[in-house]
Amino acid sequence: MNSAASLRLALRKRLGGFQLETDLTLPDRGVSALFGASGSGKTSLLRLIAGLDRPDHGHIRLGERALVDVAQGQWLPPNKRRIGIVFQEPRLFPHYRVRGNLTYGMPAHARPRFNAIVELLGIGSLLDRLPGTLSGGEAQRVSIGRALLSDPQLLLMDEPLSGLDGARKQELLTFILSLVRDIQIPIVYISHDPGEIIAIADHLVVIEAGRVLASDSLETVLQRLDLTPQLGGFDLASVLPARIAGHDATYELTHLALEDGQTLVVPRLAAPPGSELRVRIPARDVGLALAPITATSYRNQLRASVERIAPSPDDDSAMELLLGLGRHRLRSRLTRKSCAELKLAPGMSVTALIRTVSFDIRRH
Amino acid sequence: MLASLTLSQAEWDAILLSLRIGMSAVAWTLPPGIAIAWLLARREFRGKALLDGIVHLPLVLPPVVIGYLLLIALGRQGWLGQWLHEGLGVSLPFTWQGAAVASGVMAFPLLVRAVRLSLEAVDPKLEAAANTLGAGRWRIFCTITLPLAIPGVLTGTLLAFARALSEFGATITFASNIPHETRTLPLALYTLIQMPGKEAAAARLCLLAVIIAMLSLIASETLARRARQRTRQRDG
Repeated sequence: MNSAASLRLALRKRLGGFQLETDLTLPDRGVSALFGASGSGKTSLLRLIAGLDRPDHGHIRLGERALVDVAQGQWLPPNKRRIGIVFQEPRLFPHYRVRGNLTYGMPAHARPRFNAIVELLGIGSLLDRLPGTLSGGEAQRVSIGRALLSDPQLLLMDEPLSGLDGARKQELLTFILSLVRDIQIPIVYISHDPGEIIAIADHLVVIEAGRVLASDSLETVLQRLDLTPQLGGFDLASVLPARIAGHDATYELTHLALEDGQTLVVPRLAAPPGSELRVRIPARDVGLALAPITATSYRNQLRASVERIAPSPDDDSAMELLLGLGRHRLRSRLTRKSCAELKLAPGMSVTALIRTVSFDIRRH
Repeated sequence: MLASLTLSQAEWDAILLSLRIGMSAVAWTLPPGIAIAWLLARREFRGKALLDGIVHLPLVLPPVVIGYLLLIALGRQGWLGQWLHEGLGVSLPFTWQGAAVASGVMAFPLLVRAVRLSLEAVDPKLEAAANTLGAGRWRIFCTITLPLAIPGVLTGTLLAFARALSEFGATITFASNIPHETRTLPLALYTLIQMPGKEAAAARLCLLAVIIAMLSLIASETLARRARQRTRQRDG
């Protein structure tokens, strides 16, 4: 297995109407998502990382290796970079069967992994087919397998779900999530779909018109009140790590333990006790009370403290709140009127009333 | 007119010689033809327009001019011919190999055009994908570009073969009209037409030429269709 390597991007590149300029380091593990509108420079950045384009200035390093360094005159062509790419369209070689596509870039030492990857992606029954006979989702799975079998040190995925319809998209996303759990190399995942990013990303980079607006853990970036316009599509949610503490068979409920020891109760989940998962709590579904309330149907109440309050940049009637919850933060969106009536101020202890919780079962 | 359906010795000679010269012409033009077609299809460089022009010259110049230029270059006194003769002991004018060179040069533009078109039709995105999978330029060409361009290469090859078979002007100028050596089907036909009373024999050769040309065109179409079916992109 590869030793993990972080990706360093310090470069400039002139693109049509604007300049792409980045100075960032992506973590050496997990999924880093590049998020931005179409034409923001995401795909251009991916082409630079892959070596399909050259930057005007600066350098790109993967761990210790310089992939390109303009000042030093260093340049590695794409075939020497050991970076696997899953493109928007599968780009399978039409004259090779699925097996031939999978083994096209496979070095001899990756051969023992062939069966495991084929099984992981559920493409065992397709091995003798020609790409022209595959459905869009099948073809994209083969393309992911082909990239993985080239034994890359980094996997780039450029909106791999964009060509698929709803059900296929969900299916492939499930495959990708299980893959993320199993492989040890870092993944750079490009998307403009907040749903995909919430499901898959650990680290989030927000790009707008060639500039990097934020690069931090998903949780931290989603709490940036100043990025609300860019992150509007994310439906303003908090993402918290949790562990299944136990199941309540009588009421068909599951108890989730948060990191600070507090508990969330949710409809019963299929995973066994001890499973790690991420919960997603939309900001609109977090209400506040000054003290715990008893006679209520709200199952979930969390003790928290107000850390910040700011006017909502896109809604004059609303306020954005950031609540402290142990090491983690919870976002809430309240009306200005409620904030005024409760006399909320930073530092106050409050009870967060949580209406809905959604899940994303995966390792954290 | 068709007194006998069996072919005379002279007719057989002309046909076999034509086939041999046609095949040799294709064999020596194929590698440089593919290389130049690839350059024209995939690379940008200074002098590209000039190269393109030179490749197409045989299509627009009178064949006699090509034959004459070949004599100047490859004749015993020619700059290249002298080197070939003294260095390798090879002499091309007035030999069947010379006829293969002349008809190859005449067929070259057709070959390059067909191969270039089919190379241009290969999706560069597939080449980029192969590149990111660790394949260098040569491997990409051999495993992706060329196999996907095979229908065009086959069409071009058979087209060039048919053109080489029918070559007349450059061949007679450079290789002359020597029985059993350079007297191909068109040259034999020409010779018969020059002689009084050989109209029937000329008509037979004419018919043979039509048959061979038709056969190679049909073969070209069939092969190209099969190759296309094998590599059909979607919903095959």
